[in-house]
Amino acid sequence: MRAAQLRRLVWPLLVLAGLLVANLVATPGFFEVRIQGGRLYGSLIDILHFGAPLLLISLGMTLVIALRGIDLSVGAVVAVSGALACTIIASSADPGSVQTAAIAVAVALGASALLGLWNGFLVAVLQIQPIVATLILMVAGRGVAQLITGGQITTVNSEPYRQIAAGSLATVPVTVLLAAATVLLMWLLVRRTALGLLIEAIGGNAEAGRLAGIRATGLTVAAYTFCGLCAGLAGIIISANTGSADGNNAGLWIELDAILAVVIGGTLLTGGRFSIVGTVLGALIVQTLSTTVYTMGVPPESAQVFKALVVFLVCLLQSPRFRAQLVAPFRRGKTSHEPPAPSEPPPQDEESDVSPTGTSAGAPDRREVQR
Amino acid sequence: MTLPSAPPALSAAASRTRKLLEGQRRFIPVTMAGLVLVLVFAAGSLRYTGFLEPQVALNLLVNNSFLIVLAVGVTFVILAGGIDLSTGSVLALSTMICAWLLREGWPPLLVIPAALAAGAVIGLAQGCIIHFYGVQPFIATLGGMFFARGLCYLISTESIPITDPLFTALAQARIPLPGGTSLTLGALLALVVAGVAAYVLHRTRFGRSVYAVGGSESSAMLMGLAVGRVKVGVYTISGFCAALGGVLYTFYIASGNSLHGLGMELDAIAAVVIGGTLLTGGFGYVMGSVIGVLTLGTIQTILVFEGTLSSWWTKIVAGALLFAFILLQRALAPRAAK
Amino acid sequence: MDIAAEPAVHMSGIVKEFPGIRALDGAGLRLNPGEAHALLGENGAGKSTLIKVLTGVHRPDAGHISIAGNPTDIAGPLDAERNGIATVYQEVNLCPNLSVAENVLLGREPRGLLGIASRRMNRRAAELAAEMELDLDVTRALGEYPIAVQQLVSILRAIDLDARVLVLDEPTSSLDRGEVRMLFDLVERLRSRGVAILFVTHFLDQVYELCQRMTVLRNGHLVGEFTTAELGQRELIGHMLGEQAGELERLEESTHVDGPPQDTAPLLRARELGRSGAIEPYDLDVAQGQTVGLAGLLGSGRTEAARLLFGADRPETGTVEVDGRPVTPRTPRAAIAAGLAYCSEDRKAEGLVAGLSVADNLLLAMQAARGWMRPISAKARSELVEHYIAALRIRPAAPETPVGTLSGGNQQKVLLGRWLIMQPRLLILDEPTRGIDVGAKAEVQRLVALQSQEGTAVLFISSELEEVLRLSHTVVVLRDRRVVNTLDNTASLDVDRVLAEIAEGGPR
Repeated sequence: MRAAQLRRLVWPLLVLAGLLVANLVATPGFFEVRIQGGRLYGSLIDILHFGAPLLLISLGMTLVIALRGIDLSVGAVVAVSGALACTIIASSADPGSVQTAAIAVAVALGASALLGLWNGFLVAVLQIQPIVATLILMVAGRGVAQLITGGQITTVNSEPYRQIAAGSLATVPVTVLLAAATVLLMWLLVRRTALGLLIEAIGGNAEAGRLAGIRATGLTVAAYTFCGLCAGLAGIIISANTGSADGNNAGLWIELDAILAVVIGGTLLTGGRFSIVGTVLGALIVQTLSTTVYTMGVPPESAQVFKALVVFLVCLLQSPRFRAQLVAPFRRGKTSHEPPAPSEPPPQDEESDVSPTGTSAGAPDRREVQR
Repeated sequence: MTLPSAPPALSAAASRTRKLLEGQRRFIPVTMAGLVLVLVFAAGSLRYTGFLEPQVALNLLVNNSFLIVLAVGVTFVILAGGIDLSTGSVLALSTMICAWLLREGWPPLLVIPAALAAGAVIGLAQGCIIHFYGVQPFIATLGGMFFARGLCYLISTESIPITDPLFTALAQARIPLPGGTSLTLGALLALVVAGVAAYVLHRTRFGRSVYAVGGSESSAMLMGLAVGRVKVGVYTISGFCAALGGVLYTFYIASGNSLHGLGMELDAIAAVVIGGTLLTGGFGYVMGSVIGVLTLGTIQTILVFEGTLSSWWTKIVAGALLFAFILLQRALAPRAAK
Repeated sequence: MDIAAEPAVHMSGIVKEFPGIRALDGAGLRLNPGEAHALLGENGAGKSTLIKVLTGVHRPDAGHISIAGNPTDIAGPLDAERNGIATVYQEVNLCPNLSVAENVLLGREPRGLLGIASRRMNRRAAELAAEMELDLDVTRALGEYPIAVQQLVSILRAIDLDARVLVLDEPTSSLDRGEVRMLFDLVERLRSRGVAILFVTHFLDQVYELCQRMTVLRNGHLVGEFTTAELGQRELIGHMLGEQAGELERLEESTHVDGPPQDTAPLLRARELGRSGAIEPYDLDVAQGQTVGLAGLLGSGRTEAARLLFGADRPETGTVEVDGRPVTPRTPRAAIAAGLAYCSEDRKAEGLVAGLSVADNLLLAMQAARGWMRPISAKARSELVEHYIAALRIRPAAPETPVGTLSGGNQQKVLLGRWLIMQPRLLILDEPTRGIDVGAKAEVQRLVALQSQEGTAVLFISSELEEVLRLSHTVVVLRDRRVVNTLDNTASLDVDRVLAEIAEGGPR
């Protein structure tokens, strides 16, 4: 692997290691893994097991963000997917059969992909801003999920379906296997073909990509569809875990966790280069954070304060001006006072002789891309 | 030519209408929003007896007073081209602060300003992060959302009831209106907030600068407007409004709870967009946001009248309306120069 | 008209450095009240930077500015306005969502007891418009008016500011003739009131129509001040383009083409290709192995012509044939499939993906053409990349370096390499040597000549006429967005002749 890529993963790795060590100090048995009834158990396994849905969604979100987009609707898709699968099972004549579960999963995944396709259509074809376009489904999706379940929490009694979450294969939980398989599949799909390169090119510089002959529309639609599919799979895992579908609360705010995981993993919100390994690490960090707060006996809900602090920290560290201010006191020689007046436009491209205006402060920073 | 030509009077009228519409393009979305509200309300009135009572309409205001205040705050942010995801959480935090401080024995007249100040400070902090460090509004306010919600849990994970006599009195105060109807203090306050907001947006330089920044930030800067003050200002206003919404919410629900206002930021954003405001900034009216909230409220009322508790239809209809208005805005958007 | 003793603006010895480049080096300007003054120069001459210094967007590193005789330090755009300097930009810098009246008076709205008095504001704006004989409904949103009117509105804003200096930064680039007329009438009226007008443009006809005097910049230096009546267009263009031979003389012999190629099988045939506002319909024929140079000033339509051929912009009229087969150049993808390649003049915005590596950038077009399912194998990838890094002498020769960290010349070579890998039938190069150092320039020229010898047709666009002449078999001259002449590059064709064509050729 390339050195530059490795360097980008150092920080997430350190953070993850730090979190794990902190846990080990707080709860000495944290690293213990035991086999019980043919399945691995332990805190580390729990992180992987309960982190699987988040990881899946983060993977889909990575591609969308690499294309300079965002998908707010994944939480709603989680709810729809779980609701569909559970309702199909609950209303079937033979809820316990493998066949029913398979049909339910297939239908749920298909519907999720369709929802993703819809998002992709709005973004790529109708050219609606991603935040706005996916907001529609974010609002309506949960309504659809509740419509499917009739507003109730639909519980299912299907052993095959339950096995998706509770089962294990060679002592490894199925959820972890599913997540791992998706990571592998995505890696093969994106890095062993040219998809990744084309996505990074479009996300990094859409006009350059167009002039190089890349078909951006198809790629964008595909990325959103994939994101929907991942969210659908996550929804199935979540509902299988509880054996029920809750249109209201399943996957609530998971889109925000997923975006956070992607950003922590080193993929910039401004699009371009992305890292699958980084996203995996990011998702594990977010999940470990939740677990840490839980094991340390703090009310689990206040994990959100930590999350907020992490969000702010990551954002500020990605902000060129903040980094400049951070290093300014340590710089030797003349201490040129760094922060320019906020209203001053950034220095223009010296060669350009036409554009009169500076772009707004949100313009992607060149240094950022070069790391 | 066998086609019958339209009567001249008719075509003249049509062209006059077109001309009128040409000049008033910016009012089309908000007019449509009003039309949608009237239609939804009319549908309810036709279907259910007792729907057309004046008090039913007033109750729309009463039951949605906090959401109106929230949506008004969000309108500022969206007009300036930003977005605020933290309002629901800030509302919850405000209810929590009220309930907690009252339980601690603070005088109510100090509690309310404290809650409002907390909201404004959170908004201010978000605005600074967004403006000075160029962090995307979406992400910064997402952090604010986690942060405020988390603070709620730090205060208490349980619901805290509010029993303060002043709060109870304020909550129960009714302003009598002709025809035996009445409004609560909260509803009146919400209308006042909307009125003040409309005044600020249309009659002050700050307000016009909000529109200018939303229309084109770089132009606003080159025209010598205080872009930074506007950007930080709108988030502060939004935080303040969210906190005020929280105070009104405690009137309504008489408790502080970390789970209050879950997802309400989305309701507020949806109401603003359904009210005809352009999500990318620069176009829209406070009036529209009020209409948006009332539209969502009317749909809910219809569902109550319907009897089956299918509250999810609100979300689906809201999503459909969102889609319709986003398409409408796209169709109306002036064609790009190229 | 009384000639004031002091110039309205006097800038001298202005120096402005950006990281890695000295944009202004002793530039200056003297602007008298009541005159229209043109600021001229080719790309990179420093016009834009000088304007930005005057309007307070940039602070100069050295030099003096005095306004109406008083030494002044312009701290920002607002400060410039306070000093009576108003600017109208090419891209309208007003808010399209606000009404005309608000755009004129934003920040200075008349206020009454109840805040902004919109009626008084509308009246004031309407008065201003009437004064300038503009028929405007000031309550309508600015965005509902065409660009030309929006530009007039920004002048109204300047008038309300009581500006003594009005800077017009390429205001006419997107206007048609009638609209330009409207703008000039307004400017003329302002001038007669004693306002000093600084006019930046690429359209020399307009300079001669509007301006009394002009200042020419080149490479950040002041070339001189001239009176329009005393300097012909041809000499002016000579001043703007300057002597460019210098260091490249050595190269001349080795890369000069020897007349049109003998065996000329036609390759590309464009007829009536055009797009309103970009370029008038034009015809173009390119044969295999032929290099066609497009000569013309910036804004003459040379880039637009190339973009239409490649489908980067959609043509509104005309047809293109490659090898006698019709091609619809609606997308770059279609053009690439037909064997075309296009290096944009704007490497950063339209060429390279800065975050991706040299190797990825080199292979981008090839990969896009193959489709995502057929990735280039690791072996082929490293062979291709190594070969082209060596052939183009890209430094550093590290395939995995992000391309954004390379120097301008090396970036240009990467972009060129991307298309050479495609082995195109026709290579369109827009300003491939701009902003790169002399050595890199020579290498790029060598590569272009080599391609031509190997049978690739080349469409070569450059501001440097010597370069065009050195590399092209045929020179197509453009001015005012139309093709005015096509010249065979025989021994008798020299820079002076092309200059004359640029200045005077074609229908006026």
